[in-house]
Amino acid sequence: MSPDKTAIRIKPRQYKSDIKPVWCPGCGHFAVLNAITKALAHLALANKDVALLSGIGCSSRVPAYTSVYGFHGIHGRALALASGLKAARPELTVLVAGGDGDGLSIGGNHFIHACRRNMDMTYIIMDNEVYGMTKGQASPTTAPDWTMSKLTPHGTGQRPFQPAALALAAGASFIARGFSGDPNGLAQMLVKAIQHRGFSVIQALSPCPTYRPEHMDWKHQIREFTEPCTDDPITAAQRIQADDGQSTGIVFQRELPVWQPYHQKSPLRAPTAVLKSFEQEFAL
Amino acid sequence: MNPATNTNKQDISVALVGSGGAGVVAAGELLLTLAFESGYYGLMRKAYGPQIRGGESAALLRLGSYPIYCMDDNFDLLLALDWQNTERFAAEIPLADTSLIIADPAAGAIPPVIAASGAAVESAELAAMAGETPGGRGNMVALGLLSGWLGLDATKARRCISAAFSDKGSEVAASSIACFERGFVTGIKGLAAANITPTSSPEPRWHLSGNEACGLGVLRGGVRFAAAYPITPASDMLEWLAPRLEQLGGSLLQAEDELASINMIIGASFGGVPAMTATSGPGLALMLEGFGLAIASETPVVIINVMRGGPSTGIPTKSEQTDLNIALYGMHGDAPHLVLAALDTSDCIFTSQWAVRLAEALQASAIVLSDQGLAQSRALIPAPASPELALAVRKKPEITDAPYQRYAITEDGVSPMAVPGDAQTMYTADGLEHSPSGKPSSAFADHSAQLDKRQGKLQQFDYGEHWAETGGDGDTAIICWGSSTGAAREARQRLQQAGIPVRLIAMRLLLPARSAQMDEALRGVKRVLVVEQSHSRQFLHYLRAHFDIDAPMACLAKPGPLSISPGEIVERISNWRQDP
Repeated sequence: MSPDKTAIRIKPRQYKSDIKPVWCPGCGHFAVLNAITKALAHLALANKDVALLSGIGCSSRVPAYTSVYGFHGIHGRALALASGLKAARPELTVLVAGGDGDGLSIGGNHFIHACRRNMDMTYIIMDNEVYGMTKGQASPTTAPDWTMSKLTPHGTGQRPFQPAALALAAGASFIARGFSGDPNGLAQMLVKAIQHRGFSVIQALSPCPTYRPEHMDWKHQIREFTEPCTDDPITAAQRIQADDGQSTGIVFQRELPVWQPYHQKSPLRAPTAVLKSFEQEFAL
Repeated sequence: MNPATNTNKQDISVALVGSGGAGVVAAGELLLTLAFESGYYGLMRKAYGPQIRGGESAALLRLGSYPIYCMDDNFDLLLALDWQNTERFAAEIPLADTSLIIADPAAGAIPPVIAASGAAVESAELAAMAGETPGGRGNMVALGLLSGWLGLDATKARRCISAAFSDKGSEVAASSIACFERGFVTGIKGLAAANITPTSSPEPRWHLSGNEACGLGVLRGGVRFAAAYPITPASDMLEWLAPRLEQLGGSLLQAEDELASINMIIGASFGGVPAMTATSGPGLALMLEGFGLAIASETPVVIINVMRGGPSTGIPTKSEQTDLNIALYGMHGDAPHLVLAALDTSDCIFTSQWAVRLAEALQASAIVLSDQGLAQSRALIPAPASPELALAVRKKPEITDAPYQRYAITEDGVSPMAVPGDAQTMYTADGLEHSPSGKPSSAFADHSAQLDKRQGKLQQFDYGEHWAETGGDGDTAIICWGSSTGAAREARQRLQQAGIPVRLIAMRLLLPARSAQMDEALRGVKRVLVVEQSHSRQFLHYLRAHFDIDAPMACLAKPGPLSISPGEIVERISNWRQDP
């Protein structure tokens, strides 16, 4: 998976489609899309061997804006879709992208199980702390006192999920937080996540200018973790818990057993001696 | 002659009952294996109480000289190891005054609901006979009694018992054989020798369950990936598939829930690997949003839904044909898909294989309906002919200078489908409505063109004669579907013998509805009896919605867990009456 130095340098735009994103001007997701294409170009992966899968939401529109194989599925189920693909086609590079609502609310069960299963794929949670596609409702990462949604006029009154803590507790083997305001840093992080063998999670803070305009200030608040990445889950847990959710960097990376069923590249399709042997069992 | 009676029969029906742990199911399975070895055909259903494991149970067997497709109207023999809670499923073990009950006096009085049948009673001191051997068990004495009565080969029996208990040590096998022999020589008083003979020149036969048959069918069809969540009564199909998929270079993934399993198989199929899942009603309900994605994105998948009593948790261990409505109409939006039903154990193989082939060839989504009765029964069947169905093949794109259009409008409605790894055909599959290129679109023209395409590819396809099993003549027709077919076949046969010709239309392909073939099959018919195991007459409503049937229709419908007997069908036709 390392880039071929002798090859002609591949441009990020070779991974973009000609479909114009539906996103609002100033949306952080543009930068996340750029980071994805930059990372793919850096790794010089063949478009045909990469699949980007998603669920539903503003961020989940991303597959159509790339020129790799894509699947824009249903709300919350992107990780399940991707797990099936990876199980059956282990040689593909599998990326999954989606929002905080898609991944942590309706898709929460798939998220924790994907962490635990630790299949070799990369999951980018484009976190803007709001449901943008449905016009501004609170998500599982929204602060409890955010009262701007008509659906929760008193705020949710519920403490938000901390995605990195959730991922760590559920068994993910690579956990990072990036920021759309630093697309190069995010791209480098993605390169490492794709290279990591196992389930890599990147929470990409990506502000919504339309429904959370106050988050456009994030660029003044976000800074890097002061300490380097650890492979010790206890240290990582302490760091994540002590943080206000606005430090970026790879916080945890460790080699853990990867779940991948053996799948022949060309599974036996024709009725063969194997099928006959099953039939023999019935004849006793 | 009363045509309702099963006359000149060369088959016998035996029920073995006992509390959980008494080993009646193990004894029943051994009896079925012995019958297989001795050249018989047969069918064995397992009946449990409301709980999925533990508790009272029964092994219900019908053995004969010819293939058996359903249970008889009554049992000839009820052999009870004990009577603990047997009354809970007494209704599933109908007895006549010609039946015989064999009971151990040590087990106490026969429950009134069973004694009320008027059946004769004989005693057999099963527990005492078992007690003569250290570690001896009553179920093996019962097996011996039945084997002696049926004239089964004792040498073969010893071998089967040894093999069955090989993992429990030689002492267990030895005591089991001793108990078997004690029963074998004792025999059964008060009952004539069973009027069955083994097939004189036994043709090759298979011994399998409906769930195993469905598993074999999907493998024959080319499935190499499965994802599923455990659910009664589908789990044993998945357990059968798991190691065998691996042997074929594929795999099975146990998912976190059914929402995941359906999406996982869509992902694998998107990757070019034919994929399936198996579930039951509650799981099917969870899968249907994902099934809509498979339909919209034209990613072929197959769901095998093993029906059980519903709604909600319902009666998980008992059979019913009541997921028909959800399979037909459970989708959001206009969502053309395939619905198929297996007609018997052997047909579980054919229908599952056909479903995979259709799904792959048409890039369609298929639901195959089986049910607990079919799935968890074990049957001794004529070995099915080798499949004539070609292996499933997807239409592949040709590389040209023109940009690849995943959802191109074509004459047959099927668009060439690329898979990841194919060069120059990258595309994004989408559950959003799309243009032929796959670009999201909310335009009327795109929506209507894609709807036409997705419906047209299913409507135009030539399904041949497989849409139904049809046979017989006369101006009365029975229309049934799925597992009711066994009883309907036997009813038709009995009526035929009584000089009443009847046509049978047993439907295998429910969607898309083949109305021209139905018209042809019903030409000249003056009355129709619809047979289904449902309280709300789901199948009758389906027939009325999808076909123009002019003849008056009556409906024999009842909910599970009581299966429909051939005698009931014969009675409804002999004493024809319109539904009120």
